[in-house]
Amino acid sequence: MFQFKCPHCGLRDANEFTYGGDATIAWPDLGASEQEWFDAVYQRENPRGPHREYWHHAGGCRQWVVVDRDTLTHEIHGCRAASETQK
Amino acid sequence: MSHYSVFSVLKGGLTSQRNWSRAWRDPAPREAYDVIIIGGGGHGLATAYYLAKEHGITNVAVLEKGWLGGGNTGRNTTIVRSNYMLEDNAHFYEKSLQLWEGLSVDLNYNVMFSQRGVLNLAHSDAQMDAYSRRGNAMRLNGIDAELLNREQVRQYAPMLDFTDNARFPIVGGLLQPRGGTARHDAVAWGLARGADRLGVDIIQNCEVTGFHIENGTVKGVETSRGPIRAEKVGVAVAGHTSHVMAMAGVTLPIESHLLQAFVSEPLKPFIDGVVTFGAGHCYISQSDKGGLVFGGDLDGYNSYAQRGNLPLIEHLGEEVCAMIPSVGRLRLLRHWAGIMDMTMDGSPIIGKTPVQGLYLNGGWCYGGFKATPGSGWVFAHTIAHDEPHWINKGLDLARFREGRMVDERGAGPVPGAH
Repeated sequence: MFQFKCPHCGLRDANEFTYGGDATIAWPDLGASEQEWFDAVYQRENPRGPHREYWHHAGGCRQWVVVDRDTLTHEIHGCRAASETQK
Repeated sequence: MSHYSVFSVLKGGLTSQRNWSRAWRDPAPREAYDVIIIGGGGHGLATAYYLAKEHGITNVAVLEKGWLGGGNTGRNTTIVRSNYMLEDNAHFYEKSLQLWEGLSVDLNYNVMFSQRGVLNLAHSDAQMDAYSRRGNAMRLNGIDAELLNREQVRQYAPMLDFTDNARFPIVGGLLQPRGGTARHDAVAWGLARGADRLGVDIIQNCEVTGFHIENGTVKGVETSRGPIRAEKVGVAVAGHTSHVMAMAGVTLPIESHLLQAFVSEPLKPFIDGVVTFGAGHCYISQSDKGGLVFGGDLDGYNSYAQRGNLPLIEHLGEEVCAMIPSVGRLRLLRHWAGIMDMTMDGSPIIGKTPVQGLYLNGGWCYGGFKATPGSGWVFAHTIAHDEPHWINKGLDLARFREGRMVDERGAGPVPGAH
């Protein structure tokens, strides 16, 4: 099983977390073009290798974290609070 | 290439089985073909087979990175059904089921298609309402469906938990009698042999590493065994669709996810048809060798690893025991995972792409195996005519941009939720 080092709770099993998808997507402004919205909502790079993704620590601190994980090897390279990655 | 018949079996018996020839050739790739199909799984092989058989296009190569049927063709739970509610899915999967019904005879190869029925269990009145709606939609599209009450379900599948303290009491179910299972390896082998007999080159250990595209038109592919030219290229690579299409500069509304499957130690005949759990996501059947074959939800995160994790195994074990408590002491024999290319609406993509001459067959989510002959049939038509057949017209790539989702589950643009 994966284990994520939650910045608030420490090393925890992955079944405490819920997957939140690709964390590299920047949501466009409300007035952005249809093309920008289409890209953000539907299009995915879906990389075979390093992937930056959101997980929600639903069974713990209930905070969102950003995990760097390899989709081919399942290696986990980092776990940070999502609030730190926002501008 | 010999025709299989009772006489060839008898001849084998009289000649110490020395009369059999290779089921398909092992040719070296030529410099150019009329059509290249990338991916030697069920869908790619079916496409090549129907290109040759239905459209007379025999100058075709199927390029396979590994060996035939080594991806999702050999990793599924072998279930065949067409119990879909939405028009675009219903017509497509029903066409596929009709092809399944004649496939063994058509191919002169026994794919062991067994129409033992697929039963979806209902555990609440609301679920019975939903099933009657789906069953009516199916029947309006000419697809067989029967709504069963609790007693009828008990007669059909007496091994289920009908006790008073069942965690999820069974109210009834929706049965598709024409559904069933097939032997997945035989499907790949039979289609390969059928395509080869019509002149198709099946080239294994040949990985596509790039595309030749000039002015938005495909001219051929680069492979680990050298460049190959073709004016038309079809991509049928299951879980790696995003990866291969990225080489052509096409980004897709797809995420790759893991789906695990399981086989138990063999039992005497126990489960006749395919039974699916209505209070969770679990489908179970019994193979001809006696093992219980079952699967459930996705692991739930992007992955290309072809191996799953333990939380899902535990969850699925709980579901199986809730359905059929008597298997509680049964041991698992094997489990594995395949990569599902999950689309944003849970339905496949079969059609043209922004690159002229490049055609896409992917995004199969959970539905790939049952679709095998139908997918090849409509994809061959799409490639041969440079236009989709009416059956796959609604399953095109442009539907995501144009808002024509085919979202059977109503889960929205969250691939892992379908």
